[in-house]
This record gives sequence, C-alpha cells and structure tokens, in this order.
Amino acid sequence: MAEEKENKSIDQISIELIEKAAKDGVNTAFDRAETMKPCPIGSVGSCCKHCGMGPCRVPLPKGKEETPEEKQKRRGVCGATAETIAARNFIRMVAGGAAAHSDHGRGVAELFLAVARGKAPGYEIRDEQKLMQVALDWGIEIGDRSNQEIATDIGEKALEEFGKQEGELITLRKAPLKRQEVWRKQGVTPRGIDREIVEIMHRTHIGVDQDYKSLLQQGVRASIGDGWGGSMIATELQDILFGTPAPVLGQVNLGVLKKDEVNIIIHGHEPLLSEMIVAVAQEPEMIELAKSKGANGINLSGMCCTANEILMRHGVPIAGNFLQQELAIVTGAVDAMVVDVQCIMQSIQTVAECYHTKIITTSPKAKIQGAVHIEFNEHDALKSAREIVKTAIENFSNRKGNIYIPDQQTDQIAGFSHETINYLLGGLFRASYRPLNDNIINGRIRGVAGVVGCNNARVKHNEGHVTMVKELIKNDVLVITTGCNAIACAEAGLMVPEAAKEFAGEGLAEVCEAVGIPPVLHMGSCVDNSRILIAATAMVKDGGLGDDISDLPVAGAAPEWMSEKAISIGQYFVASGVYTVFGVTWPTTGSKEVTDYLFKDFEDMYGGMWAFEPDPIKAAQLMIAHIDKKRKALGIDEARERVLYDMEMRRELE
Amino acid sequence: MSKIIASAAIRGAYKIVDQAEKKWQEAMDKWGAKEPVGFPNTAYYLPVIYGILGTKVEKLGDMEQIIKRCKALLPPPVREEHPLPYLAPALDAGMVTFFAEELLEAIRYLEQPDFYTKQEDPTDSNIWLGAADDVILRKRGVEFVDGTAPGFAAIVGAAPTNEIAANIAQELQQKNLYVFMASEYNGKKFSEQLVEAKVQIGWPTRLVSFGPDISAAVFAMGFATRAAMSFGGIEPGDYRKILIYNKDRIFAFVLPLGFVTDEWYANAAGAVNWGFPTIADTPIPEILPTGICTYEHVVSNIPHDKIVAKAVEVRGLKVSVAEVPVPVAYGPAFEGERVRGEDIYLEAGGGRTPMVEWVTTKRMEEVEDGKIEVIGPEISDITAGSRLPLAIAVEVAGREMQEDFEPILERQIHHLINYAQGVMHIGQRDIAWIRIAKQAVEKGFKLNHIGALLHAKLHQDFGRIFDKIQVRLYTEEDKVKEVVEQARAVYGKRDARIEGMTDETTDTYYSCTLCQSFAPSHVCVISPERTGLCGSYNWMDCKASYEINPTGPNQPVPKGETIDPKLGQWKGVNDFIYKASRQKIDHYNFYSIVNDPMTTCGCCECIAAVLPMCNGIMTVNREYTGQTPCGMKFTTLAGTIGGGLSTPGFVGHGKYNTCQRKFISGDGGIKRIVWMPKSLKEEIAERLKARAEEIGIPNLPDMIADETIGTTEEEILPFLQEKGHPALEMDPILG
Repeated sequence: MAEEKENKSIDQISIELIEKAAKDGVNTAFDRAETMKPCPIGSVGSCCKHCGMGPCRVPLPKGKEETPEEKQKRRGVCGATAETIAARNFIRMVAGGAAAHSDHGRGVAELFLAVARGKAPGYEIRDEQKLMQVALDWGIEIGDRSNQEIATDIGEKALEEFGKQEGELITLRKAPLKRQEVWRKQGVTPRGIDREIVEIMHRTHIGVDQDYKSLLQQGVRASIGDGWGGSMIATELQDILFGTPAPVLGQVNLGVLKKDEVNIIIHGHEPLLSEMIVAVAQEPEMIELAKSKGANGINLSGMCCTANEILMRHGVPIAGNFLQQELAIVTGAVDAMVVDVQCIMQSIQTVAECYHTKIITTSPKAKIQGAVHIEFNEHDALKSAREIVKTAIENFSNRKGNIYIPDQQTDQIAGFSHETINYLLGGLFRASYRPLNDNIINGRIRGVAGVVGCNNARVKHNEGHVTMVKELIKNDVLVITTGCNAIACAEAGLMVPEAAKEFAGEGLAEVCEAVGIPPVLHMGSCVDNSRILIAATAMVKDGGLGDDISDLPVAGAAPEWMSEKAISIGQYFVASGVYTVFGVTWPTTGSKEVTDYLFKDFEDMYGGMWAFEPDPIKAAQLMIAHIDKKRKALGIDEARERVLYDMEMRRELE
Repeated sequence: MSKIIASAAIRGAYKIVDQAEKKWQEAMDKWGAKEPVGFPNTAYYLPVIYGILGTKVEKLGDMEQIIKRCKALLPPPVREEHPLPYLAPALDAGMVTFFAEELLEAIRYLEQPDFYTKQEDPTDSNIWLGAADDVILRKRGVEFVDGTAPGFAAIVGAAPTNEIAANIAQELQQKNLYVFMASEYNGKKFSEQLVEAKVQIGWPTRLVSFGPDISAAVFAMGFATRAAMSFGGIEPGDYRKILIYNKDRIFAFVLPLGFVTDEWYANAAGAVNWGFPTIADTPIPEILPTGICTYEHVVSNIPHDKIVAKAVEVRGLKVSVAEVPVPVAYGPAFEGERVRGEDIYLEAGGGRTPMVEWVTTKRMEEVEDGKIEVIGPEISDITAGSRLPLAIAVEVAGREMQEDFEPILERQIHHLINYAQGVMHIGQRDIAWIRIAKQAVEKGFKLNHIGALLHAKLHQDFGRIFDKIQVRLYTEEDKVKEVVEQARAVYGKRDARIEGMTDETTDTYYSCTLCQSFAPSHVCVISPERTGLCGSYNWMDCKASYEINPTGPNQPVPKGETIDPKLGQWKGVNDFIYKASRQKIDHYNFYSIVNDPMTTCGCCECIAAVLPMCNGIMTVNREYTGQTPCGMKFTTLAGTIGGGLSTPGFVGHGKYNTCQRKFISGDGGIKRIVWMPKSLKEEIAERLKARAEEIGIPNLPDMIADETIGTTEEEILPFLQEKGHPALEMDPILG
C-alpha cells in the first residue's frame, strides 16, 4: 500500500487549494520546497560570499569531533574563521530585517510629514489623543499649537531619527530605565536607525570586524534601532494617521473571497495605500462601476501584514498568511492582488498567469516582472487608489470558469493595541495593566508569550504556530501575537473569546472570561511588534513584576520564521530582555561558539537570550520553563496569603 | 460568566440613563434651564459627577451636557456570539449609571423637597435620609480617618426576614462598618425591616437609610467620592486618583440581597470602578480574577450568616473586634444610639442624681486586677425606670503609669460605655449621665458589666501604661458624694497643671499622622498651646499615645533650633514634617494664619479666615451650615484648605485652641477675631470670657459679630466700628 502523502498544511482550506493547484498544473512554494532542499552549508551560516575570493564554505565536519588543528584550518581564503563568518551572516540578516522595517517606518514618517503640511490630500490626523501622547513622549511642545504644527514637529523629528549620527534614539526613552542602562553598559544604544544598519554592512565587508562578539554586538545595536526605533515610529505614526486599533470582529481565511463580487486582495506590509483603497472601495461610483461589470460589489480582503493593519483598524477580512498568497490566486476568484513591499513571492505573477488575476505592484521599491505597475503617489493617493480599484473591477469579467472558493471562514476578534489593552483591563476611568499583573502574580496567568513570525514552506503550514500557541494557552500563558502567527491562530479559531474555555487552562480562561478577551491577542502587523515592547514596559511600570522587562515572566517565539525581519525582531526581543525561541532552522549552527554566545552568554549580558527548538511543543515547554524561572525569581511561584488591611497599613500607603 | 453580568449591567445603564433623560425633560418643561438643582448643604455639587468629571451641576440646564456624556459613554450591548471585550464597557456603563442616578436624585430634591428628612435621623413619618450633607460627611469622615469606621456596606434589597436583616446589620455594626441602604426586593426594604425589628437606624447608629429606590445607592458613592476630595485633597475631575484612593483607603462593598436586576448590576459594575466588590446572597455569576478591586469582584450565593465575614474578606479588610465580656453587642457603631424615655431601665447623673467618673493611680499592691465591685444596689435590685446615684472609680497601677495619663484614661470611659448596645452615656467627670435601656437589661446587662468592659478595653488599648486595673461602682448616695469630693479636688489640680504648660517650656512636641490613612501628606504637630485641630488630641494625649505605641502615629518631635519665635517655627519641626509629609510640605508656622499656616487634613473643628476689610479674622465651626463673611461656607472652606495644604489666609483649628494663648499670636492673637457663629460663641463662652479678661478686654465676646449681625464683611464692619473692636486699631493684618 502506498504511503499516504502527508498534508502540507493543518488548514483544511489550504489543503483543498493545494490540491486544486496540483489539478490546475500550478507550481507553488509547497512544490518547490519539496524539489529544492535548502543549501546545507548556507543554512548553518557557514558560507561566506562577501568577496570575490569566495564563496568560502567552512561547515563543521559531520559525524566526528573536530581536532584543534582541523578547526584552525577551517577558515575562508581571507582567514575569516567559522565564527566570524557565522556572525557576519547573522548580523547581515539583522541588517536586512531592520532595513525593511525601518524603511517602512521612514515611508510612514514621510507621509506623516506631508499630511501635517497639508500636502497629502485624503489623509488626516485621526487619533488626536495619540498625537498628544507622542508629542509628550518626544518632548515636543504642545501649548496652544495646532495639531498641524505639532504633527509637523513630530514628522520632522521622526525623520531625523533615521539619519541621526550621534546620541541616542528618542524613542528609546519609552523603555524601562533599567533597560536603557543595560544598553548603555553593553554599548548597544543605537545612535541613528540607518547608521547602525550601514555599519553592519561595513563591518561585515571583507577584512573589517573579525571578532564575532563585536559583530554580534553591532547586530544587537541595529536591532534595537529597529524595534525601539524604526518599527516603533511606524506604529506610532500609523496610529495617529489611521487610528489606534480597538477591538473589532473580523473574518479570516480564503472563504472570505466572494464569488459574485470584485475580489481585491491587498498584500504586503504598509497601510499607507491600503487605507486609501479601503476608502475608495466604498465610494458609490466604484460600486456602481463594479455593478456595471456584472459584480454585486467590491470585496476587499488582506494578506500578510497589510491584512493585519486593515483588519485591526477597519475589520477588513483576512484572506490568509504568507503561504496562502499563491493559493488565493488558485481560487480563480481574485480579480486583483495589490502588493507593496516585503514577503511577496515573485511566483504570484506566474500563478496569476494561469488564471485571470492581475498582480498590481505599487511601490517604486518593489516591482515584479510581468506585473501591472501602478505607482502609489502619496501626494495624490486617492487617484492611485481609484486607478487600482478600477483595474480590478475591469478585470472581473475576465474570470475564467475554473473557480473554487472554499465555503469556510473563521471569526476573530482583533484590535489589541497597547492602548486598548490598557482600557480593556479597567475601563475608561480605571485603565491600567494592574489586573494583568495581579493575575500573573496570583498565578491565574502563568506568564505572557509573544508568538510571532512568518510561515516557512520547510515545515507544515501553520502547524508550528498553532501547536505552540495551544500548548502555551493550555498552560495558562497568555499569548500576544502579530504577523503571520496571528493569522494562523485566527484560522485555527483561537482568537474568539469562546476559545478561552475550549483551549486555555483554567486560570487563564477565568481571566479571559472576566475581561471578555480571547486567550490569544492580536496586536497587529510585524512592525507592531513594537506594541509588544510597549506592553511589556507597561507591565514593568505597573509594578509587582520586577523593574525591567528581563524580570517579567514572559518569553518570545517565532516557530515558523523565515524572513530576515524575523531575525531582527528576535534580536531586539532578546536585547530587550526576552527569552526567544525560534523554530525550523537556526542560521549559526555552523559555529558552536557563536551559537553558545547567542544562546547562553547573552543571558548574562541582556537578561534575554536566543534558543532554537524545531518541535513546537518542546519549544513551548522551554518558554514555560523560562517563565517559571522568572516567577521563582520574583517570588510568585507559590500562592500568597491574602493580605487584609488595617488602618496602620493604610497609613503606610504612599 | 461575567458576560452575563456585563450584558445586564449595560442594559441596566441604558434603562437608568433613559429614565434620567425623561425625568430631566419633564423637569425642564416645568422649571426651565435656570432652575437651581443640587443636594442639600454641600460644596461638592452632585459629587460623583463633580469628582469624576470635574463638572459642576448647579442648574437644570447643566444636566444636558451630563446626559450627552452618558449617552456617548454608553457602550453597545454585548453580542451573544463572539462578543467584543465587555469588562471595560460594563465598568463605563456602571459609571454612567451613577451620573444618571445623581441627576434623578437631584431632580427628586427639586420636585419633592420633603422626600428626604435631610437630617441625621429618621422622623416618625419618614425614614429616608437622602444624601449626606457636608456636616455629616466631615463629622463621620473623622471616623473614617481615625479608623473607628474602616468603610461601609452598601446594601440594596431586603433580607428574607426582619430577623436576618437585624442580624446582618448588627454584625456589620460590630465590625465598625457603616451600612448604607437603598432599593427594595419583593416589596421589602432593608431599612424598613430594621425598623420593624426595632433596630435604631440613622447616622448615629451607622445604619443609614438613604432611600427607597436603587438610585439612592448613588449617595454612597457620593460619600466615598467626597471623602477622596475632602480628606485625600484630590482635585475634582482627577477621576483616576479619586477612584484609586477609594480602592486603597475606603473599605466598602456592595451587598445585594435578593434578585439582582439589570439596574442593580449596573450599580454594582459602577462600584467596581471605586474598588468596591459585590457579595451577593443569590447564585449570580461570579468574577473572581483580581485587579480592579483588590481581590474578587463578584462573589455570590453566600448564606446570610456568612455574608458579612465573606464581604470583609473579599474587600481585604482587617477588623479587630474587641472581645468584651458583656451580654450586649459592643462597638463604635453603637456609640450614637439613644435610649429614649420609655425605654429607660436605669438612669444616673445628668442632673437627676449625682454621678462621677474618676481614674486614679494606686500602688501595685493596692490593686487587684480585674476586680469589679458594685457597692450598693445592682440593676437586679431595682425596677424598670429607676434612678440611682453613680460613681465609677477606676483604680490603676503599673510601673509605666504616670499621673498625667489619668485624665486620658478617664476620657475613654465615655465612649467605652457608649459602645455597649442599649447603653447611652453623655459627658464626663462629675457631669456624666448614663441611661441603660430595658432591652440591655433583658439581655442581662448589669452595672458590674460597666466595670468589666472598662477593664477589658482599657487593658486592650492602654495595656502598655499600666499593669493592673480594678473598678468600683458606687450606687449609694453618701459614697458617691464622697467620691465626687475627692475627684473634684483632683480635677482642679489637673486643670491648673495643663493651663500652666507653655510651648516655650516644652522641648518636645508630638506629631499626629493618624489621618494619613486618608490624607497621605498631612502632618499635625501638636504643642501644649496648639492642640490638635480635629479637637481630639492635645499634647498630653499624644504623649500618652506615644508611650503606649512607640511606633504609632504620634511621635516625639524635638523642637530644635527656633527659626521664628513669633510665628512659631522650629527647625526640628520643619525637618520632621518634610519627611512625614512625604516631601510635600517643608515648613509651617504654628501661630500664624497669614504666613505659611499649619496644614489640615480636612477634619478640623473650625476654620479661621482673614477678613481684610475688618482687619481681623473670622472663624467658623463644622456644625454651622450658613454663609460666613469670607464668602464661603464651612464646607467650601474645608474643601479649599483640606488635604494637607498650607493655605495663607486660612487655617484649621480646634475649638479649644480658640482660647489658648498662642492662638494666631503671630498675627495679633484672639483680639483679631471679629466674627464667629453664635452657637460656637455660646459653646466656648466660659473660656472666651476668661481669655478676654486675661488680655484686658473683658467685653471682647460682645464685640465679636455673629450671623445675627451679618454674614458679609460690609454688614459686620459698622457693628465692629460701633463696638470699638480692637482689631480695627491693630496693624494691617496683611502687612
């Protein structure tokens, strides 16, 4: 009997569409991952191609202990050791990730400034309260000044941060004081966002920095410039422009596509254009136009982090995560897939060619051969958006007969920004993180895990995400999530309040029930990992759980990571004091020293460290063990007696 | 399932806001926007709205913005499937409920001015007291401040039987808690049940019948909110601080008895904002995770005999209940209870028979600890309605005992006896007066129990300063008269000694931070010639208190170097208050109202204010509710200067301090007083006269204007000029 072929996803809808793709003769990432194995030398960080003398390969010998002499010989042509090479490769990944996030942040800041100066019609300042908060945080005068004046200063200040050459990033002030001290002590306080990335490129050039510790130190510095800099600026300014997310009901998975409507999928990362498309798609003229083409309306949905952005703010449904982008087109019902930057597979154009779908690229930074390019012009955003929507509508009548939309979608509650969590835990008048801290202290909640990151075609789609998250919540660990993990959790039905009773441990379920929240909280896109940093800081500031993020009973993970952004995110989690476990593969295993340094020595330096565990259950157990270790250090590992107050104790209160 | 609670609370909030809006519309049609509205005699407007939103509702028209605000804050109903997070919206809905209820109650005051008694006690025909006015707030507030009342229970509904109601009330009283009552269940109201069970209700017994409707529950929240503003010194509108203050310091909870309606849920959700949990006798859903309240938020299905203990535990309150060997209930809650004519079994003193109370020190071998003797007839020997002469002679001995502590112990006798249910005590020394009720006697109370309770309580509270105590109770006229004679001689000596003490001859003053449970930055420093402004503590009391509890709220403060002898400022004192005020206050003057005067927590007996036109000062006591020449009523003044602030031009002081020699001596002393309420003048007449004679202006009392002369500076100035008041000739007060 032939061995039954293992499914490539845990998601039934995806399985059906993978089958349809096969039937339609469409080649997808799932197929390519099977036919092409990862390079065994590159995947462990042992290949250096930074100069024309290489590429040099310095892998660990397989199946035997290396003698010191052999290790001596294991070098590149220039003499770079396996340590130097692994560290170089690793921090170049950090540079790639930090550059992506920060360039996103820069784009937002540029638009923000244009809006403040009245040069970007169609946009406005939606969240005045957050504008004031950011002004306060950044030391920008409020006084009697208009929103425009304040916003102009904020925009200019934000842009300055990217090109700043010395001093410290202004956004670092949001971190706990003790954390800022740790960074200064370790010499990793970023001076400017761009500068640290450029310096990585310089240091990893042939013949520059050839001490792995020094290289990794610079990696930390650039990653902080991402999480506490570029990403944070992106989140803060997006909230001001588009509104700070608040709880909202949305749907997820490819079943959100509609047979009788013009389906536009917005895919990528930046909300700048997608916000406008959301607005334009509701215009009566557009709906009329769609109707004139025989459609019943226009159906927007999102994919990857753009999806998370417009879900969080508008409840726009999510079609899927990274590994579902080709599958969406395979339905045959997508009239246009509008893309901007990051995590867009070039193959979507190839897949689209088998159907009628138009791939529309919009960013001058990201073009795809064969795709339609309609460049997004922020100074006339509505015009760009209308053109894009029209192109999609015009394409509706080109649909071919080969259409299959799975009749399934899942509900989810999203919109858990830091501000919203603060509100939800006490209402307008008593907003605070106190109930969270309290219930961590009393043990109902064991700890908090940030589970984030991509899909990776090397492992079963969504399996690592969902298995790990279920294991965590079963053990009373509240999960906060962003990016493709969030979408995976939503597809698995973990993001409705009812999931608490079904999947969470008793204590966590009780808290979820009291507040009315799911056990897994959707905090947004991958730049919104900065929200997790702010939430962690808020927990520190509310008291009772130590005085730095590294004291908190928390952990991080990216069980299906694949992008360089994930490495940068993981690195700034670690640099912020969070124990962070990655799955699938680990890019420095070619050097034991580098790996040990990241996995062990970092704990003494930063309070947080990396770990690698491809089994999601084991990884979750590692996280829980770390959480328990922190609980013990805080002295909250055992139940406390109820304190009853008398007058004398009340007098002692500050 | 807190979803059920949240859904119900939000529904309830809609109903109450809707009701308030309709009522308001009707009232607007009838009275118009300019019609004044408010609760009686308060400087805090509609206190929840004022405290939380900072908005003053003074006229009907002002209510419009509040209704708009309520509607804007009302969250959407909770969806059955996949609801959005509901806890926070339910808390907001609860807050809105209180805003709407204040509007409803304010309109009721307008439409039915006699609906509530507007006093501390029920009348024969009306048991509903309505909102506590500021006089009650401050008088009762002192008990919250010093810990004799750690909090309150807000009871809505009714118990299954009158007996259960009485038991719950008495248990709460014994835990020193106030009981605020509103609403009904099954046509029964808790307050009425108590009356039917012959329990005395009203502020004096801490059983406060606010009103018959659920909206009267808002009076409890108003009381709590004002406590934060008046004692905590928190600004109106600083809602977060007000609510946290309550969570940390006011130990209140909600006891719904009977079916919990949507409206009750709305009120309960609102109370959670203040950190007040709900403990129900019905099987409603529970909310056990902590965070907004100190511990659980809603606990349910508690049997009536366990409900008080459970509530106290859930609220996180430690109540030490005195074990006193008497056959009646015992505690501060019974202090204000009266024994009326027809209920008297035994009466002594009060001008009807001779009575005296005297504490004296004996040698160790002369005292047998715990010995109680009744010399003469006991209660069992007399019939109901009798009178007897009575001398209570308390003899103590111990290595730490000092003669100076005798009056302090003696002063305890009044409230210690009063704490017994069914026993009323008034006065002290040789003007004491006692009534013992038939109900107490029925339960077996006898005169020897007075000795027993004094023995138990004095040991408990003052055990550090004596070792042994015995009590003799004489009820034979000859013996009583003999004791009176001895005691009077001692009283004379004591008074002379106290009078002779001056600030200059004393190196050590005493702090009093008793109020820091409520006013965290306030520090009193008490010298012999500046007694505590609350009227409760003089220098000697503080000294004794320190000896009893060396780490307690009264600490010795070495005066140190004198910085200003005239205004009364010392380096040692400044250093102390800087530290004890948590760096909020670095200095103040003991003897000045004009220059950096002493701070007050808000529970002062009197407040003096500069009257520039008259070149003098006025002073007003807490009980006087009328207008004063400084343009502010007592309560407004207290609100202005309370909370531990030093406010030039205003100073809080005790009634006794008015006639002490150092009273604002830095600004010219008692000669500056140009106005005080008539009742205060009468109350302190004897000492005022003596002090006036001492400074050589014997007719000063007659020169001081009162409200019968006027309540503005313009009105009283001609009177002062006519009388030739000395202040008019003094240096300009504002120099």
